[in-house]
Amino acid sequence: MSLWSYANPAKFMATTDRFILPLVMLTALCLVIGLGWGFFGTPDDYQQGSTVKIIYIHVPSALMAINAWAMMLVASLIWLIRRHHVSALAAKAAAPVGVTMTLIALLTGAIWGQPMWGTYWEWDPRLTSFLILFIFYLGYMALWSAIEDPDKAADLTSVLCLVGSVFAFLSRYAVNFWAQGLHQGASLSLDKEENVHDVFYHPLLFAIAGFSLLFVTLVLVRTRTEIRLRRATALEARDR
Amino acid sequence: MMALVTREITLATRAGGGTALGLAFFLIMVLITALGLGRDTELLAKAAPGTLWVGALLATLLSLDRLFQADFEDGALEALCLSPQPLEAIVAIKIFAHWLTTGLPLVILSPVMALMMQLPGATMGWMIASLGIGTLSLSAIGAIGAALTLGIRRGGLLLSLLVAPLFVPTLIFGVAIIQNAAQALDPVTPLLLLSGLTLFALVLSPIVATYALRVNMS
Repeated sequence: MSLWSYANPAKFMATTDRFILPLVMLTALCLVIGLGWGFFGTPDDYQQGSTVKIIYIHVPSALMAINAWAMMLVASLIWLIRRHHVSALAAKAAAPVGVTMTLIALLTGAIWGQPMWGTYWEWDPRLTSFLILFIFYLGYMALWSAIEDPDKAADLTSVLCLVGSVFAFLSRYAVNFWAQGLHQGASLSLDKEENVHDVFYHPLLFAIAGFSLLFVTLVLVRTRTEIRLRRATALEARDR
Repeated sequence: MMALVTREITLATRAGGGTALGLAFFLIMVLITALGLGRDTELLAKAAPGTLWVGALLATLLSLDRLFQADFEDGALEALCLSPQPLEAIVAIKIFAHWLTTGLPLVILSPVMALMMQLPGATMGWMIASLGIGTLSLSAIGAIGAALTLGIRRGGLLLSLLVAPLFVPTLIFGVAIIQNAAQALDPVTPLLLLSGLTLFALVLSPIVATYALRVNMS
C-alpha cells in the first residue's frame, strides 16, 4: 500500500474523517498551551516590555505563511506530474489559509513595529518580501476563481505557483539588494546553540506547533469541503 | 519565422495597434509625475530612474493582453499551432516581436523623457542599457501572464495582478543600474544581474507560456 492510495478521494475522505477530530483537539491544546503560557506565563522583556509577546503570533504565522506556499508548490507539482485531483484541491484549499497567515504576520509586525521601531511600516527587505508574497497569494486565488473549468484552473494555477515560487525566491534576494534591513535576523534556526532565551523559547515552540497543526487542520477541512463541492457539482450536472 | 515577425510588427503599428498607445502612455506617465511632484529639479532628477521604469513597466503591462488574446479570438493562434515549427519557438518569436513593438519604441523615446525628468546626462547610456535589456525581460515574463489569462474575459486587471509581482526583480535591478550610475556607484553589478535575469526569463518563458497556451486551447 503506497502513499499514493490516499490520493483517491474516497479513501482520502474516509481517512481524514477519522483523523479530523483528534487533530482539532491536538491543535486546540497546542494553541492554548503555547499562547496561554506565552501571554500569561512569561515575564516581560526588560527592553520591549509586554510587546515582546507578539512573538507568539508573529513568528508562527510568518513561518506558516511561507510553509503554506511551499506546500502549495509541492501539491501543484504532484498535480502536474501525477494528476491527483485531491492534490490540486489541497493547493487550492491552502491558499486562503496562507494569505491569512501572511496578513497576520504583516499586521502583528506593524503593531509591534510602532512602539519598537517607531513606525508601522518600513520598506525593509523582509517586510517588502512579505508584501510581495501577499500579492502572489492574491493573484493565485484570483486565477482560481476566474477560470470555470476546474481541471484547466488546476493546471494554470499550478503553473502560476511554480513560476511564482521561482520569482518569489528571486524577489527575496533582489529586495535584499534593494534595501538595507531594519528587521532583526532570524529568531529561530536549527543550527544555533541558543535561540531566544528559554523562557520565551519553550512556549514559542508550542505556539509554532499549534499554528502548524492549525494549518494542517484547516487545509484538511477545506480540502474536504472542496471535494464535497466537486461531488455536488458533478451530481447536479448529471441530474440536468 | 521572419514572416511571423513582420506580421506582428504590421499588426502592432497599423491603426488600432498598440505601439503608439504605449508611447503615449509613457509620455502621460512622465507628465503626471512631473505635475504631481512639482518643478523641483533636484527632486525630479532623484525620481527620474523610478519614474522611467514605472512608466515602461506599466506601458508594457497594458500592452500584454493583446499579446495572445487577439490571435486567440480570431483563430490565428490555432493556425500557428498547426505550423511545422514548435509552438515554443513561435511563442519566443511573438515575445521578441512584442518587445520590438513595445519595448524598443519605449527605449528609443526614453532619452527625451529622461531629459524632461532632469536625469543627469552622464547616466543616459546606463539608462538606455537598463531599459533596453529590462524591457525584453518584461515582455518575456509578461508573456507567461498573458498565456495564463488567455481564456478569461476581461482578464486585464487579473493579468496585472499576476504579472506585477513577477516584475519585481526586473524593476529592482533596472532602477538600481540608473541610480547607481547617477550616484557614481557601481552600475555594472546590477546590469549583470539584470542581464542574467533577462536571459533566464527568455529561456523559461516560452516553455511555460506554451504549456499554458496548450491548456487554454485544449
